[in-house]
Amino acid sequence: MAIIDLVINRRLSLAALPPDWPGNNYWWHWLFFTIVLIAFVLVMVMGAIYIERRAMGRMQSRLGPNRTGPFGLLQPVADAVKVMLKENIVPDNADKIVHWLAPVIAFAPVLMIFAVVPFQNGALLADLNIGILYIVAISSISTVGVFMAGWSSGNKYSLLGAMRNVAAVVSYEIPLVLSIVGVVLVAGSMSLNTIVLKQDIPFILLQPLGFLIFFAAACAEINRSPFDLMEADSEIVAGFHTEYSGMKFAMFYLVEYAEAIAMSAIITTIFLGGWRGPLLPPWLWFIVKTFIVFFVMVWTRTTLPRVRIDQLMALAWKFLFPLALINLFVTAVQVLVWPDALPWTAVYINIAIMIILIFLWSRFFKLGWGRVEI
Amino acid sequence: MTTTQEMTLNTEPFVVNIGPVHPSTHGVFRMRCKLDGEVVIDIEPVFGYLHRGIEKLAEERTYTGFIPLTDRLDYISPMSNNLGYCLAVEKLAGIKVPERAEYIRVIMAELQRLANHCVAVGSMLNDAGAYFTPFMYTFRERERIIDLFDMVCGQRLTYNYMRIGGVSQDIPAEFLPALEKVVKRLTKFLKEYERLLKQNEILLARAKGVGILSKELAINCGISGPVARASGIKWDLRKADPYSIYDRFEFDIPTGENGDCYDRYRVRIEEMTQSLRIIEQASKQIPGGPIKADLPHIIYPPAGEVYAHIEAPKGELGFYIVSDNSIAPYRCHVRPTSLINLAALRQMVKGWKIADLILIFGSIDITMGEVDR
Amino acid sequence: MTVALSSREIASQLSSKFPGAIEAAGNDSVLVKSDSLVQVAAYLKDTDGLKFAYLNYITAVDYYSYFEVVYQLTSLEHNRSVILKTRCYGRDNPSVPSVTSLWQGADFQEREIYDLFGIKFEGHPNLKRIFLWDGFPGYPLRKDWNQ
Repeated sequence: MAIIDLVINRRLSLAALPPDWPGNNYWWHWLFFTIVLIAFVLVMVMGAIYIERRAMGRMQSRLGPNRTGPFGLLQPVADAVKVMLKENIVPDNADKIVHWLAPVIAFAPVLMIFAVVPFQNGALLADLNIGILYIVAISSISTVGVFMAGWSSGNKYSLLGAMRNVAAVVSYEIPLVLSIVGVVLVAGSMSLNTIVLKQDIPFILLQPLGFLIFFAAACAEINRSPFDLMEADSEIVAGFHTEYSGMKFAMFYLVEYAEAIAMSAIITTIFLGGWRGPLLPPWLWFIVKTFIVFFVMVWTRTTLPRVRIDQLMALAWKFLFPLALINLFVTAVQVLVWPDALPWTAVYINIAIMIILIFLWSRFFKLGWGRVEI
Repeated sequence: MTTTQEMTLNTEPFVVNIGPVHPSTHGVFRMRCKLDGEVVIDIEPVFGYLHRGIEKLAEERTYTGFIPLTDRLDYISPMSNNLGYCLAVEKLAGIKVPERAEYIRVIMAELQRLANHCVAVGSMLNDAGAYFTPFMYTFRERERIIDLFDMVCGQRLTYNYMRIGGVSQDIPAEFLPALEKVVKRLTKFLKEYERLLKQNEILLARAKGVGILSKELAINCGISGPVARASGIKWDLRKADPYSIYDRFEFDIPTGENGDCYDRYRVRIEEMTQSLRIIEQASKQIPGGPIKADLPHIIYPPAGEVYAHIEAPKGELGFYIVSDNSIAPYRCHVRPTSLINLAALRQMVKGWKIADLILIFGSIDITMGEVDR
Repeated sequence: MTVALSSREIASQLSSKFPGAIEAAGNDSVLVKSDSLVQVAAYLKDTDGLKFAYLNYITAVDYYSYFEVVYQLTSLEHNRSVILKTRCYGRDNPSVPSVTSLWQGADFQEREIYDLFGIKFEGHPNLKRIFLWDGFPGYPLRKDWNQ
């Protein structure tokens, strides 16, 4: 009954709009920007796939895709067409509905993240005053989709991959949020647009430790190497999407890169000054910075071996979490005691604190516990 | 009142088949793993997916006719297999190999060791999760060595180069300069590789202390080659039982201390350096002369039996041949390095995680062609 | 240099220790009766001065009237090697005692011989076919095996 009431109320309320309703153009504004955003994300993902494959090719002393179109630029398109035309295989003992639903649930939240990311001053779908909270809340929903995929596939590799992913996300969420809180303290706002506006000095300099923690935690959260345990191809074949093919696999593929782009965009926004920059138009600055961050992720992927699951947990709880707490404390003291300190002094102090902490902490910190007696 | 049994969750280990089709089982190997979450409780290796009955085929071929099949044993290092088999037949028939052929054989065998260790190290790191970068780097260098093999025998994978009493054809004039270039390149490459990975924090965390194989267990299981040497057994057939002309070269036997994955990785890298040393010496000393002993096409070795072994890249490769003075071996047994090196796998992986299982398995470096034969 | 220790020397040492166990001693091999194989092998493995602790390989040969199982042992300490042989008769149910209790490395190789020759290794903890599937007709490395 409650739902019917709600619908009726809604119909009634159309006649009498609430006083803070943003005007008659609201729906057009919403529709237009949503479509633009989805298109933007898709294009960015294609760019990301191209960059990843080409850059990895260069770093691994091979060519990378170079046959489709000039410099292989059409490779992502070819990939997309190929993957869409492929047969959709559902294993016999899969939980069919969950298996079908999982890619959708994983995909939707990633797009939603972009709703609050400013591409330019004020150019964002919704300028939420709790933008960061929204991002933190939304970004971990896709884990549900991943876990559904792993559970419903009826495959042990998938299940292992999904379990690993849940463990990783639950652990890394904490340092991730704590390192953002430092930024929020400095900026004094949770709205991403305001945070960008406050960055006369990019927060990577004011919050260097926070940046490192956020970067590591973000890599773990979106399962980029060296934390790509959930799809560790040498161990559990393809992890949670082992049993996916065709369009559903394409969705997961999309999620993977869209998440990477989303995290790069968030890092750009809250640490690298977002769309701010000289000469170039703001939106271009934003895209360039996003891709630079993404490139660093590609770089680590080609360079580092993968950590083990217990080492992954140890890194989160023994290293990143305490450091994030300390960082938060230090930032809070700085903001409270010297609110008007010269920013450059704070930069030097914070970089010094970061170096000292990282070296000190890594002294008495052991990565993982090794063998288990049976 | 509830008992504790009602309170605890009932858990049971679950069984995962890793292989025969899996990205990192190095062929068609299969492990039935019993897992408790991520922890490996027990494994049972299952073989036979690549069994071709090579030992039976040997009984139906002439002594020379079996050489191409030895290529298919350990297909990562066919030259060594050729050498091992030819040495066994020569020992059986008492054939003297010309000097030049001996030098060519040593150069080929050491190049093969380099190529094999390139694959071993690269794929081990790939198993550790370094996404194909070390793999591509080592394969790039292996490519140069394969080019050299291509130059001498026209093949890139199954060389079929050595013959009973020598080698099939002389090295071309441009081989030695090319070899010199490759040696220089590899020396540089090894340094670069060391710089990139020797102190890599994640590699240390993943490989140090993982999959320890004790010296006693290694001896008890008959484990040989780099795996045994990493456990601290200073045993290299090139020194312990010098075949061919290995007593003429100076080189060291690198050994490890702990017998963990990292030591196995280190020993392989060190061995590559030593191989380069041997190649440098051999290419300087190589004399002229014939490359093949004067033998009839079909040989009839005297009745008897013989066992000849060499230090193949993966360990002791031996051929046990029984002859009845006929055209073909009466019985030809291959000592399968890879199969015997797997004997301790179960103890090595117990209690480690799946990720370690893959890494430990990768660090043993097996070829299924040799395991199943 | 791995010297094959004069097998006559070893054979005399063994026959004084295990009277009646040694059937013959060739140039580099010692032929042992199959029922005393494990004791002889254990003696060779653990006695000071011999210490043949390393089992190179196990194989078998079909000589029609009997199967010969060949063990090559190496002493890593003294750098010497010896070949130990034993025979089993009969084609229906030949059997040899297993040395897996002494050498873990014998496990797979004995299974392989069982698989391809049909020789049973008594005392082997897990004697199953290793390369061929259960129910494979015959034992392919036997000389009388036909496809």
